Amino acid sequence: MAVDAPPTKSGPAKSGMSKRQRGRVIRGTQYAVLIAVLAALAVLADWGRLQEAFFNLDVAAGLFPDVITVALVNTVVYTALGFGFGLGLALILALMRMSSVGPYRWISGAYIEFFRGLPALLIFLSVGIGIPTAFPGFSLNRNITIMLSLGIVGSAYMAETIRAGIKAVPGGQIEAARSLGMSPARTMITVVIPQAFRIILPPLTNELILLTKDSSLAFVLGSTLDQQELTQFGRAALTNFRSMTPILVVGLCYLIIIIPLSVVQQRLERRFGGGADKGSSGHGSGT
Amino acid sequence: MNDVKIDISGLRKSFGSVEVLRDIDQQVTAGEVVCVIGPSGSGKSTFLRCVNLLEEPTAGKVVVDGIELTDPDTDIDAARRRLGMVFQQFNLFSHLSVLSNLTVAQRKVLGRGKAEAEAVARENLERVGLADKAAAMPAQLSGGQQQRVGIARALSMNPDVMLFDEPTSALDPELVGDVLAVMRGLADEGMTMLVVTHEMQFAREVADRVLFMDGGGIVEQGPPADVIGAPKEERTRSFLARVLNPTHTEAAPTE
Repeated sequence: MAVDAPPTKSGPAKSGMSKRQRGRVIRGTQYAVLIAVLAALAVLADWGRLQEAFFNLDVAAGLFPDVITVALVNTVVYTALGFGFGLGLALILALMRMSSVGPYRWISGAYIEFFRGLPALLIFLSVGIGIPTAFPGFSLNRNITIMLSLGIVGSAYMAETIRAGIKAVPGGQIEAARSLGMSPARTMITVVIPQAFRIILPPLTNELILLTKDSSLAFVLGSTLDQQELTQFGRAALTNFRSMTPILVVGLCYLIIIIPLSVVQQRLERRFGGGADKGSSGHGSGT
Repeated sequence: MNDVKIDISGLRKSFGSVEVLRDIDQQVTAGEVVCVIGPSGSGKSTFLRCVNLLEEPTAGKVVVDGIELTDPDTDIDAARRRLGMVFQQFNLFSHLSVLSNLTVAQRKVLGRGKAEAEAVARENLERVGLADKAAAMPAQLSGGQQQRVGIARALSMNPDVMLFDEPTSALDPELVGDVLAVMRGLADEGMTMLVVTHEMQFAREVADRVLFMDGGGIVEQGPPADVIGAPKEERTRSFLARVLNPTHTEAAPTE
């Protein structure tokens, strides 16, 4: 390095390495750490015992076909019931929350704060046991109980999501609808809610995934063999087979349900793409 | 004046303590094209939005076709069907195709059948030169095309009056001409139009009357040849000097 060279912006740094060279070294180190960790895991784990416990093919084969035809189907049915009911309830709650009538706002706000703050397990217990106790002789169908419990849990979260979605619809869309002579209610139904749902598709998919997993709480209601959903089926199989393999199989079944949901979400997003924000401002957006 | 379409008297609008419109009286007769010009912040957009009550006037009366819109017992939704509105930001319904943008209000508000609504929609798309875009989504169109769809959407309701709120201000310069051509066609057909615009050439050629607004009031009005061609007021002159010759002005004059 020439001592009399003027200070330059991009000359070699003091360490003798350029920024690019340093970057390469850092990246190389990161790969090395990753490989070391994986190698340590591979060497230290007792693969034999692991395989025996989790990858016992005989045990896995014994779970079929019930794990699909009963357990997976039940999980999907319970989730669909809960999500459908919860979504409807959430929409009503969200609209109440934004109502010009004070008491509606308070009721909706109190509902959301209350049920968002309680563990789902407690809600299953109170719906499943509390309602029959409170109203003797009035017994709820098990599926209805699950629908109510999951729906109550989900609606408290989804109501806030939907409200955020409705608020995110650009004001210009509402003005356009109103100036075409649409009433406020008509504007909400025809313009605002469809656009709000497009905006909240990702968080709504999240909620559906959470509910899929919460459906495992149906176990507190007790169940016959053909009412078992995935988690309970797995736990029962655990005691029958004295192997951890059912856990792995059941886990994979959850992924079989959930990963397609993510794919569907991405498809829908692409199909309804060109969101309101981009669409309405167009070229050279102004003020 | 006979056949008054829009009759505005004593119109005032305040946002909090800021007075945006002070005591405006205006009448627009059938078939008249009125262009509103003025510096930004002069209240011209607010004035236009008060005509169909997108802004609630603080005081004053707005009467359209003999119906007082400012009367709290007026069915404002019914009254708005007579007033087509075109927005600076187009505001097309982004979740609906172009055709549905034009039919949705016809069907839900006017109760027209599907076939009739689509026929009206296609006729109006033809009118703005976009008959081939019926199936497109708004986001697939250029700004100029979106604005023409916005005009066709308003026309599909068969309004008596069209309100334009800076319809070309959000457009790239080369797209402005198509939109202005459509508006000029409408004016030639005898549509009553109230246009807030910065397009002086358009105002000069198409308007029957020009209003120059500043500071929430109408400073000067008259035929375009007078207001734009030979303005009397100093404020009009300095505004026009800045607008017509933006590269050759000194700092805005202060009083």
